[in-house]
Amino acid sequence: FTKTLTAVQRGLFINNEFVSGSSQIKVVNPSNGKVILEAEAAGKEEVDAAVFAADKAYKEVWSKTTPSHRRDLMLRLADLIERDQEEIAQIETIDGGKPITFTRSVDTKFLSECLRYFAGWADKLQGKVIETEGVLTMVRHEPIGVCAAIVPWNFPSLLLMTKLGPALATGNTIVAKSSEITPLSALKIAALAKEAGFPPGVINIITGYGETTGELLSRHKAVRKITFTGSTRAGRLVMKASAESNMKKVTLELGGKSPNIIFEDADIDKAVKWAYRGIYFHQGQVCTSGSRIYVQESIYDDFIKRFKEYVGYAPIGNPLADSTIHGPQASKTQYDRVMGYIEAGKQEGATVALGGARWGNEGYFIQPTIFTDVKEDMTIMKEEIFGPVVCVSKFKDRDEAIQLANNSDYGLAAAVFSQNLDTCLDVSEQIQSGIVWINCINMFDTATPFGGYKGSGFGREGGEYVLAEYTQVKAVKINRGAPV
Amino acid sequence: MTAETQADIQTIKTQSGQTLKVHTHLFINNEFVAGHGPLIETVNPTTEEVICKVHSASEEDVDAAVQAAYTSYKNVWSKVTPADRGILINKLADLMERDQDELASLEAIDNGKAFSVARDDDIAGCIGCYRYFAGWADKIHGKVIDTSPDQLVYTRHEALGVVGAIIPWNYPLMMAAWKFAPALAAGNSIVMKTSELTPLSAYKFAALVKEAGFPAGVVNIITGYGHITGSALAGHRKVSKMAFTGSTVTGRRIMESSSTSNLKKLQLELGGKSAQIVCADADLKNAAKHAAAGIFNNHGQSCNAGSRIFVQESVAKEFIDLFTEQAKAIVVGCPFKDETNQGPQVSKGQFDKIMSYIKIGQEEGATLHFGGERVGDKGYFISPTVFTNCKNDMTIMREEIFGPVVAIGTFTNVEEAIELANDNEYGLAAGVYTSNHSTAIKVSNALLAGSVWVNCYDLFNNSVPFGGYKQSGFGKELGKYALLEYTQVKSVITLVDF
Repeated sequence: FTKTLTAVQRGLFINNEFVSGSSQIKVVNPSNGKVILEAEAAGKEEVDAAVFAADKAYKEVWSKTTPSHRRDLMLRLADLIERDQEEIAQIETIDGGKPITFTRSVDTKFLSECLRYFAGWADKLQGKVIETEGVLTMVRHEPIGVCAAIVPWNFPSLLLMTKLGPALATGNTIVAKSSEITPLSALKIAALAKEAGFPPGVINIITGYGETTGELLSRHKAVRKITFTGSTRAGRLVMKASAESNMKKVTLELGGKSPNIIFEDADIDKAVKWAYRGIYFHQGQVCTSGSRIYVQESIYDDFIKRFKEYVGYAPIGNPLADSTIHGPQASKTQYDRVMGYIEAGKQEGATVALGGARWGNEGYFIQPTIFTDVKEDMTIMKEEIFGPVVCVSKFKDRDEAIQLANNSDYGLAAAVFSQNLDTCLDVSEQIQSGIVWINCINMFDTATPFGGYKGSGFGREGGEYVLAEYTQVKAVKINRGAPV
Repeated sequence: MTAETQADIQTIKTQSGQTLKVHTHLFINNEFVAGHGPLIETVNPTTEEVICKVHSASEEDVDAAVQAAYTSYKNVWSKVTPADRGILINKLADLMERDQDELASLEAIDNGKAFSVARDDDIAGCIGCYRYFAGWADKIHGKVIDTSPDQLVYTRHEALGVVGAIIPWNYPLMMAAWKFAPALAAGNSIVMKTSELTPLSAYKFAALVKEAGFPAGVVNIITGYGHITGSALAGHRKVSKMAFTGSTVTGRRIMESSSTSNLKKLQLELGGKSAQIVCADADLKNAAKHAAAGIFNNHGQSCNAGSRIFVQESVAKEFIDLFTEQAKAIVVGCPFKDETNQGPQVSKGQFDKIMSYIKIGQEEGATLHFGGERVGDKGYFISPTVFTNCKNDMTIMREEIFGPVVAIGTFTNVEEAIELANDNEYGLAAGVYTSNHSTAIKVSNALLAGSVWVNCYDLFNNSVPFGGYKQSGFGKELGKYALLEYTQVKSVITLVDF
């Protein structure tokens, strides 16, 4: 614990140096509520310095760097992250409360995969050549310049990398704001970026509150693009800030209330296990959580029985222990919010089938909770809880399932469990969400597009699709005989 | 007939006094095994001495290699994730970087190119090529195609299985990279036959393949004569595709062989007689510099060598003077000397062929403006050679010489230049030098060539496709286009019952 922490960098990472900020923020360990350390936070001066550094680096160095050199720097960083993977995993578990078994097997494993994937795109960006009557058009896909990223606390390094990867590959420089709740793993990555040989100013990592640091970045006139992952409420503010400042391009990855639909011909054992992963992974603090489960009538009772049993087995406790599956919520604020929703569920008349209370008496642990007898218009069915709380309901047939699933302003993800080909294909086509999982849930990879429909945001991260978010298209039209 | 044999590892000495240990056995299934073909001597073209002998592959050995590739593809390689393929290919690049000096020495002693060129151009190019294609491995996408509401239609871009490759002696490691990299990225297993003139660097490379961690049988490297080893590989029924770089004559044989065996898919990179057009409004100094590189790079032993130059009459004298200055500045000598630009031609056979073209050129009435003789009396060195007053129907203007010999003619207007350039059976590459934007586009649009260079020549990048028109072959190497050569497309059409 102490050894890991002494290795943690402090400061704001600007222009390849760690510098102090305008203020400090206490970073708390959610397993025990104790302060780990105080992190430097960025005020106006530091935000300006970071953006200026990114701008200068882009104009003078990065825009003159060949794609293959960008690729090689990214590959080197991937190697270094792999070397220090365990350290990063421990820092994240201490800082954010995610069990070490997952920060190892999911978060930090993803980092080098993601970087290597996008390093591979760096030298493959291609515009088209389009020939029409009298005109030869060369379409260039150019970098934007300085991009800003606002990263949330639920996957601190993973979500940083989903933005760094494509931004760097497409030739941009970046100012990333980590969450003030989980700033530490990003700083470790910053140190590795310097070691990998990235020129100063290409990657800048700062932290601070959304209302201050985040707002400053969203409004900065020298930032031409911002990518935000977080709550819908904050997403609206980012969009507003862009409109009121310089119309910077915006990507929003917001919340969800994703339906998990289980048909009677599903493999029920597997469906139970996947459903657990769908809602309780990282204690429900995942934007794609399958937080509404719809079970076909005929298997409802059987499913509830098996699900309660399976959920009851999950080991809860200190996230640094190898065997822990369920850790604390990330902060006191989050804890209070989730407990508030549990209260609302009880008050509105839903049945607590499992859990519904705090776990232990130290840290921000909440028992895995199941609500049944829920109505579609209940608060707990409509709003994103972002905690280990699931609502289970029933449906009669395919049409009703689709209707219930689509009955939400959100549209991030959905899951379908069925062994019937037609059911799977029909439902996946009808559901209004950006991701549809078939016979699985919460399966992520760097090569496929990720993003929402409707109120869950716009823009896509991951895969080839994300490249369009970080480039701008210029059509160069050459006269080849067009008359005046 | 008893096969002569020798131990795998042989010790050789370079003319710079370096001692190197080389592999001389066939690389099949991650092992170095003795071959059943004849032992072949590989000669150092600088000293004319035998470096060592290497094992060559008989038809039986070719079969063993193909079976190894097939089995590894079916049981192992096709189950490896795309991302893991990319990681292995990147590891190979890292190992080449680590051992670049040794690899460069082997190229210099076996092929004759300058050590610094081998290291800084060939091997650096290989490393970039592997890193480029490593990045494609996990990005080979099919499409989902919207046909009608009751159908789900998508395509898969699947690996072919076993790919056969036959590569030439002019860029031994780089020609290997141009085929290995996309083939492996796309998930294929390979059997590659190197040229019996330059087998050594590829066998060293084979050791790196094993060290990188590729499963046994995915990469197999053998050498041998075209008419024994090459022929057996080209005709093998378990090989799904043949990628060939070499002469047009051999290319035809490979095409015939495919037609009588299993109709294996083909990719042919053949010869060229590429034209460079120098317009009166060109920056003549720049043109002379690049045009000279265009023909004299690699001692003229490039399929895309810009071996015909057409200069606009009004600037012909000035250009020829500037061009000849460039030719004169080329230092011909031992590949291991720092100042050397141009080493020997690769073999006696090539040497004799080029010298006979020089003779024919003079006999047919072209002016021998510069060079034309052997350099020194040991080693296959030929002086950079410039013929002027050439007409497009002369032998030295029509046939591929594959040596440091350029034929220069003139033209009056650009339309004529285009016609002259296109009036040739080949269509690999071309160059145009002009300062006028419209001329540049007009001419490059009109030239029947797979690569057109404007105000430069011979600039390659791993992300840009390369491959000829007409009898220079078909299929593209490098760039995203190369992936199409190493995949096959399957359409899956599902009717959904709603």
